[in-house]
Amino acid sequence: MSKKEKVFIGIDKDLKEFTVEVPDTDPKPWDGKSDLKHIGKRIPRIDGKFKTTGRAKYTYDIKLPGMLYGKIVRSQYPAAMVTKIDTTRAGKAPGVRTIVNLYDELPFAVRFAGQEIIALAAETAHQADAAARLVAITYEKKPFVVDLDKAMKKDAPAVFDDIKQADMQGSKNIREPRIHPKDSDGKTIDAVLAKADEVVEEVYRTQVQTHSSMETHGVVASWNEDRLTVWASTQGTFRVRDQVAEYFKIPKSKVRVITKFMGGGFGSKLKADVYTMLAVKLAKKANAPVRLMLDRKEEHLATGNRPDSQQTVTIGAKKDGKITAIKLKSFGTPGVGGGAGTSGPVKNTYDVENIYTWEADVYTNAGPAAPFRAPGMPQGAFALEQAVDEMAYKLGIDPLEIRIKNTLSDKVRQAEYPIGAEKFGWSKRPKQAAAEKGVIKRGMGVANSIWYYIYNSGTHVTITVNDDGSVQLRSGVQDIGGGIVTPMAMVVAEELGLTPADIELTIGETVFGWAPSSGGSQTTAGVTPAVRIAAYHARQRILEIAAKEMETDMQALTLESGKVFAKNDQSKQMSWTQVCEKIPQGEFSVTGERQPDYYETERYKISGVQFADVEVDTETGKVSVKRIFAVHDCGRVMDRLTTENQINGGIIQGISYALYENRIFDRNTGLMVNPDLEYYKIAGAMEIPVIETHIVDLNLAQSSTGAIGIGEPATVPTAAAVANAVYHAIGVRIRELPMTPARILTALGKL
Amino acid sequence: MGDSIKKRKDPPKLSRRNFLKSISATSVGVAAVRGEGMVGQLEKAGILEKDRIVGPGSVAITLLVNGREVALEIEPRITLADAIRDYLNLTGTKIGCNRGACGACTVLLDGKAVTSCMTLALDAIGLPIETIEGLESEENKLHPVQEAFIEHDALQCGFCTSGMIMSAKALLDENKNPSVEEIKSAVSGNLCRCGTYPHIFKAVQDAAKQMK
Repeated sequence: MSKKEKVFIGIDKDLKEFTVEVPDTDPKPWDGKSDLKHIGKRIPRIDGKFKTTGRAKYTYDIKLPGMLYGKIVRSQYPAAMVTKIDTTRAGKAPGVRTIVNLYDELPFAVRFAGQEIIALAAETAHQADAAARLVAITYEKKPFVVDLDKAMKKDAPAVFDDIKQADMQGSKNIREPRIHPKDSDGKTIDAVLAKADEVVEEVYRTQVQTHSSMETHGVVASWNEDRLTVWASTQGTFRVRDQVAEYFKIPKSKVRVITKFMGGGFGSKLKADVYTMLAVKLAKKANAPVRLMLDRKEEHLATGNRPDSQQTVTIGAKKDGKITAIKLKSFGTPGVGGGAGTSGPVKNTYDVENIYTWEADVYTNAGPAAPFRAPGMPQGAFALEQAVDEMAYKLGIDPLEIRIKNTLSDKVRQAEYPIGAEKFGWSKRPKQAAAEKGVIKRGMGVANSIWYYIYNSGTHVTITVNDDGSVQLRSGVQDIGGGIVTPMAMVVAEELGLTPADIELTIGETVFGWAPSSGGSQTTAGVTPAVRIAAYHARQRILEIAAKEMETDMQALTLESGKVFAKNDQSKQMSWTQVCEKIPQGEFSVTGERQPDYYETERYKISGVQFADVEVDTETGKVSVKRIFAVHDCGRVMDRLTTENQINGGIIQGISYALYENRIFDRNTGLMVNPDLEYYKIAGAMEIPVIETHIVDLNLAQSSTGAIGIGEPATVPTAAAVANAVYHAIGVRIRELPMTPARILTALGKL
Repeated sequence: MGDSIKKRKDPPKLSRRNFLKSISATSVGVAAVRGEGMVGQLEKAGILEKDRIVGPGSVAITLLVNGREVALEIEPRITLADAIRDYLNLTGTKIGCNRGACGACTVLLDGKAVTSCMTLALDAIGLPIETIEGLESEENKLHPVQEAFIEHDALQCGFCTSGMIMSAKALLDENKNPSVEEIKSAVSGNLCRCGTYPHIFKAVQDAAKQMK
């Protein structure tokens, strides 16, 4: 059964009345007029004490009695047939307890350097490392290709010889393209482009970026009879459970996955992987717990990456700046994996009638790609947002103006532009590019973000209230660093008139209720509504108990600031603990489940716009980002402090992507030359600009909390905004990432 | 049982032979100790004993960790990071790269921030070692840097946090009034992949104020 609730929805204070249909079991959703005590405030994360004292135990820190250390032996070559594996010496090495195969039969193909071949477990990590070097593998080397351009050529070695290819341009590595609109041959768009007043067509290239989480991938697997416990550094406890159960053909009920603290994932830790299964196998065979944590090199080679791209963007526009058509042709290599598409921004950012996208993955002999913070979007935005900028300069229109003009249907974006422009100081920007004299030139750029509002219904949480007044909240959800535990506690505190610190949280175990994987910026949107529904049920129970004690009707009572009191007579009251003392049997538990959204909002996507202020040294080619101003939206903000932190983090990863990060292969050996953290450059403390953020509050009341995610949108436009600022500074376009000094100097004709 | 190495009270003599031998074993670790001469460090740590060869088997050593003397038996190749984590079970110190590039393993050795993955445990003999677990007072009161990190949300996943806090503490022990540039420089060896730097800078500034 459902009830109708009147709510106020809209952007910031611009609200209108609206009716939503809400299940009887749910509270009235928070809306634009809700007066909330904790939600939306800056609350320090409730588990901060564990992480700042070293008490937080990560998978990396799990140590069990009798635990062995696993090590994977990996292919040294980018392409080969493995014809023989001799483990005689390794098996006799000190401390070695067991060896497991990955493939049952020989020979088998390896398609990238770093591919898993066999694994062993020993009593110490040093013994395992030493023994792994004694495994003698006989390879029949094969031709390989690690470079996107080469892989697309006719005579390129085929990475897979047994998979049907699109046979585009004669290369055996180009896969079947994904075309939008479906079955379109692109002729319609070419006709529209031919009629445009102005056309921009350029090729943009982006590099491969690796996730490089601080805690490497890994698990500790432990069997007890037919039950399996896996501590995993994962973004998806339930997904790991499901995959492990399926792979080993055991019931899900026998598998428990635990992720109490997790050292970063960014998309690469969404699933169980080969190493997971190998650890579980080793533990089974050795009849002992096995810890298998990858090292930094393995992390770069085999656990995922953001694919590179080569994108040809064609934009047609009228003289007044109205964009009439956008066409994208994109190639990218996900190594031996998939998912190198980049069309998200082209399809979703602008109000353009004619859009055509053609994207193909290209196989190379490199580790498989994995989702990486807004998959495809930073690449796509780097190309599209520069192309739009190029059009603006060509037409003599302000780059911000052309964006405003072509996103009129997006009211949130329209609210974001003026805030950003004013606070950033866009109007002070010289109209012309390269307007500054002198060696060091300053420039300003802008770029749009785009991501999707993703949530899964079905999240299930339990709240227990005890007669001593304590409150426990249990959920299977994992906290990957975004800090989901804090909004969860805030929501309970808000509903029960307590403080977030009063709520005891237990998360990260699959034996508690189902929760989504933390990917796609869906955790807060998916989990907080379930928490609020459970807390609402707990509130009802407390009011019921109090009503009985106070001999009144529960409708006449309210619960605020640690006490229950009569709405019309505050002198009639009981404290929280007094009511809890009366709980029959000393405790009660209630559950809450995330329902589908109450209505379909217009906000299937998340907007956001970023402004960049850079300096380019035209003698050294060095780009320094001085300031980023970011305007974002994420529905109702839960914790403003952790949200700000999340936006900062997205921007910093974007700057790192724009200027430093690059997976580099040696073309002659097919090996990665920088599988570490000293030559794989990541922005550090010295590279951090002034970052200012502004969040446009959206009141949607689409769920009980109205929350939407922010992790991904914050990283999408940064590289593009920096690139546009670099152009504004020096008057030359840098259409390839990362924007290194060498590329800047080359573009300036100095190299 | 292995050999036993104890801190020497009398300054050891430096011969060419054992100097070279010691360099091969310890130069990396000692180089990680910022701002002190290598020979001085070797002498101070009692490593430069005359013609003494240790390993590859375990040796009994004593380390001074968080104000307490702890005895352990380790192979000479064991790094300070592994000794702290695996032998003393102080897992607050993390290892992110195991080659001195990320700073997750930062501890204070004789008051200086060092990457413990690049320091041999034997090099730390006789020197006070401070890890993240040693920052709290006995009454469980957090150090101002820890308090400030929580208050300003200067962390996300938390894996770099121990090292970050130790680098910040080393800075504030020496410099009561650091500028933002000095703070950036002090934590520039500590990588935070989540990108919490803006909050870290604020937290360290705030901690400096609290410590006055």
